[in-house]
Amino acid sequence: MENYLLMTEEQKELVGMLRAILEKELAPIIEEYDELGEYPMHVHEILCEAGFSAAMIPEAYGGLGLSQETLAILNEEMGKFDAGFGCSFSFACGGIKTVLLAGTEEQKQYYADRILNGGISCTCITEPEAGSDVAALRTTAVKDGEEYIINGTKAFISNGPIADTFTVLAVTDKEKGTRGMSIFIVEKERGVKVGKKENKMGIRMSPTSEVIFDNVRVPAGNLVGNEGEGFKIFMKSLVRSRPLIMSFAVGIAQKALDLSTAYAKERKTFGSPIIKNQGVSFLLADMEIQIQAARNLILYAARCADAGMDLTSASASAKTFASEMAMKVTTDAVQVFGGYGYSKEYPVEKLMRDAKIFSIFEGTNQIQRVILGGYLAKK
Amino acid sequence: MNILVCIKQVPDTTEIKINPETNTLIRQGVPSIVNPFDTYALEMAARLKDAAGGEITVITMGPEQAANALRECLAAGADKAYLVNDAAFAGSDTLATSKILAKVCEKTGPFDIIFCGKQAIDGDTGQVGPELAEYLDMAQITNISELELSGAGIKGKKEFGDGYEVVEARLPAVVTVTKTLYEPRYPTIKSKMAARRAQIDKITFADLELEADSIGLKGSPTRVKKTFVPQAKGNGVIIQNEPADTAARKLVALLGENKLV
Repeated sequence: MENYLLMTEEQKELVGMLRAILEKELAPIIEEYDELGEYPMHVHEILCEAGFSAAMIPEAYGGLGLSQETLAILNEEMGKFDAGFGCSFSFACGGIKTVLLAGTEEQKQYYADRILNGGISCTCITEPEAGSDVAALRTTAVKDGEEYIINGTKAFISNGPIADTFTVLAVTDKEKGTRGMSIFIVEKERGVKVGKKENKMGIRMSPTSEVIFDNVRVPAGNLVGNEGEGFKIFMKSLVRSRPLIMSFAVGIAQKALDLSTAYAKERKTFGSPIIKNQGVSFLLADMEIQIQAARNLILYAARCADAGMDLTSASASAKTFASEMAMKVTTDAVQVFGGYGYSKEYPVEKLMRDAKIFSIFEGTNQIQRVILGGYLAKK
Repeated sequence: MNILVCIKQVPDTTEIKINPETNTLIRQGVPSIVNPFDTYALEMAARLKDAAGGEITVITMGPEQAANALRECLAAGADKAYLVNDAAFAGSDTLATSKILAKVCEKTGPFDIIFCGKQAIDGDTGQVGPELAEYLDMAQITNISELELSGAGIKGKKEFGDGYEVVEARLPAVVTVTKTLYEPRYPTIKSKMAARRAQIDKITFADLELEADSIGLKGSPTRVKKTFVPQAKGNGVIIQNEPADTAARKLVALLGENKLV
């Protein structure tokens, strides 16, 4: 990521390693797997072997404990190749986040071991009738002796079809609304079923599906934190993870700008390269400005997280700005490419498709504005 | 098994440009890499170690910044590394280089197997490996693409342009390695970080019992008389922005017109 001059030597080295692997293993198959809508598991395995799945796991549990800033930098690099792949890879390890925030030492080590041994996690919050409105959640967990019985259907679950370890938000006390929700670690082998797989517009390498819990029993020891704390823990975890996920959007946008700039230098109209036309060069300049701003907003939020500071505003601002930036920049990239940009023969239409999801998932941009409005009202 | 891999840091030839006025390489800004054949040699050594156990030492003779190449090798399978570096070594040709390396081997060894890339992509001589074997009075098998332990020694596949021989050697032996069927392993984040912190010992002229006249420029019988850039063969034709079937038809037609098929 030569676009961020303040990288440390270690960060440069990590980015170089990641790029070398993705250049060789992922770049040649992007088109094929985007069309298929499948996650290239062999590339996942190579990255795990090189240690990238250990990146976000603390050293105490056998991971590398990289900073949020470093993770953001690595995510942007992945986003330049394929944001869908990057999202899935990140979610594959990310199910541990709530456990790290509120779990017992034993749970943390257990979850870390599963991921470090090649396991794939996913986080199950959304349901068909409960997206932004988390209070409408219907999945229940009922205590039965030393076990909980989980019932319900989760929707739009990233990594649903490939995960073996699920972090699930379920209602344990219906009377208490969001204060009656709890988090459970649920292993696939306890009977989790995969429902309908989504045929998505973008980030198609990241498989998304329904996840069905039909009388799935888990030991009481799989409850993360206390009963009723689930919603609060998830919100805390999402505030930290949003900026990191938005790094993929910055990667998409940077790729779009790189491709557009190269094309604008090469493509000639009226006898000269189109980059000589102010109409085009200003478009590129605006892309650069937007990308710089989004990247730095994300890295600011990541550094706040590293410093243990409150990042309510930084996280929601970075999430909203970066996702809207990526949509604008990729739309303009298609414009620079003209008719070719609209064709699947050229790579920019895919970037535009991939960019849209970032305004929707991880809390819609409307919800981010609700958060920011609330933050300002209380300030 | 005690294994040595000799490597060289070379300019990345895919990035190289030539100054058209002086006909010399523009080295400025060209990234350095580990000679690709040496990376195959290291991987072959690492696989041997995976199978038979032991330790892999890696050495290079070169300037201070060649330590970076050694660190790359430490991240990709080597256990320890030495940088052979002294102003007295400057200007050494292949004969002087292999003489110095042979002394280094005596000092840091003994080794059961010494691996070298079959040639470096900058000088392209392919001489240092065989010369090293001669100085050390060891068996040598060259241009090897596959290797396994067999009996008291090793058995390897020696590549030719149009086929291969299966050759055996007793140990100790020098093996020079060509492109293998497999790719060198990726470093892991942990091995990369460890390599960055690793201690790399330097071996200088004073550490080796060598006659000053037998090394460096004085000890090098080879002289480069002239370097030149071969005439370009003219511009190729690139068929762009066409669907695959139309492009293929055009290509076949062109080849036909020029009596190339």
